[in-house]
Amino acid sequence: MTARIGVITFPGTLDDVDAARAVRRADAEAVPLWHGDADLRGVDAVVVPGGFSYGDYLRAGAIARFAPVMGLVIEAAGKGMPVLGICNGFQILCEAGLLPGALVRNSGLHFVCRDQWLRVENTSSAWTTRYEPGAEILVPLKSGEGGYMADRSTLAELEGEGRVVMRYVGGNPNGSLNDIAGVTDARGRVVGLMPHPEHAIDGLTGPTDDGLGMFLSVLDTILGAAPGTGATATEVPA
Amino acid sequence: MARVVVDVMPKPEILDPQGQAVANALPRLGFEGIASVRQGKHFELEVDDSVDDATLAKIAETFLANPVIEDWVIRRVEP
Repeated sequence: MTARIGVITFPGTLDDVDAARAVRRADAEAVPLWHGDADLRGVDAVVVPGGFSYGDYLRAGAIARFAPVMGLVIEAAGKGMPVLGICNGFQILCEAGLLPGALVRNSGLHFVCRDQWLRVENTSSAWTTRYEPGAEILVPLKSGEGGYMADRSTLAELEGEGRVVMRYVGGNPNGSLNDIAGVTDARGRVVGLMPHPEHAIDGLTGPTDDGLGMFLSVLDTILGAAPGTGATATEVPA
Repeated sequence: MARVVVDVMPKPEILDPQGQAVANALPRLGFEGIASVRQGKHFELEVDDSVDDATLAKIAETFLANPVIEDWVIRRVEP
């Protein structure tokens, strides 16, 4: 059985090609999904890639969140389908209410484009089981609105439940609260991450292959799932 | 038809680096006495008379503003 992982393309998406390449590198089938699609084509998981969907008009992710395909993603995520939002995808998942909080303009105002060290804080989410707890990974970061914000109680809940998936180390690049680079939902199935693991899957085209672990992790999640139940060995109870 | 104005502002507790950059530029440009600047968005909607306040509030809350980080105010403006 080969896992089928959907990669969504909105008008203005940039990183769908690399996301699909990362999926294939993990030996899964990459299934292209279009923003206007009315069907998820039987995929087992979905990547919402980075870019500038709808030109970032209104707010980053605010319009993409209402695309027809996102209605299906929200419904499937509710049933436990793993979803990964990277960069603009993270912004879209926050706007869609699949993840708490919001991303705002970098505190330094500049667009930040550099290789960034991250510490993996949660190794039980659907997308991070392949990492050792506390592992430090190096992946590209490229964003202008990457500052993670949430109200005090949401932040306390995220920290208390271990739902901060990755944290910036070696300096906070964008003013994110608690150095948060990525978070997960209550069940550990939906993950949003500002830096780009899909750009770090081999030493030839990226700084490292540290990002590949996220795609291998979700493959384990999907292939380890008991048929028909949607439950997995790595699932975090709600 | 009526004109409706929706103003969207970052919540007070949310850092507004754009507003800060504007505020920091003012003294350099020779304008003194401006203590702070907050930057937001201003929408002008031409709406049919049949559109009620509850609908306008829904538009503001679910689309024009992100309530996690922004506050919004709706005003009906005389034509």
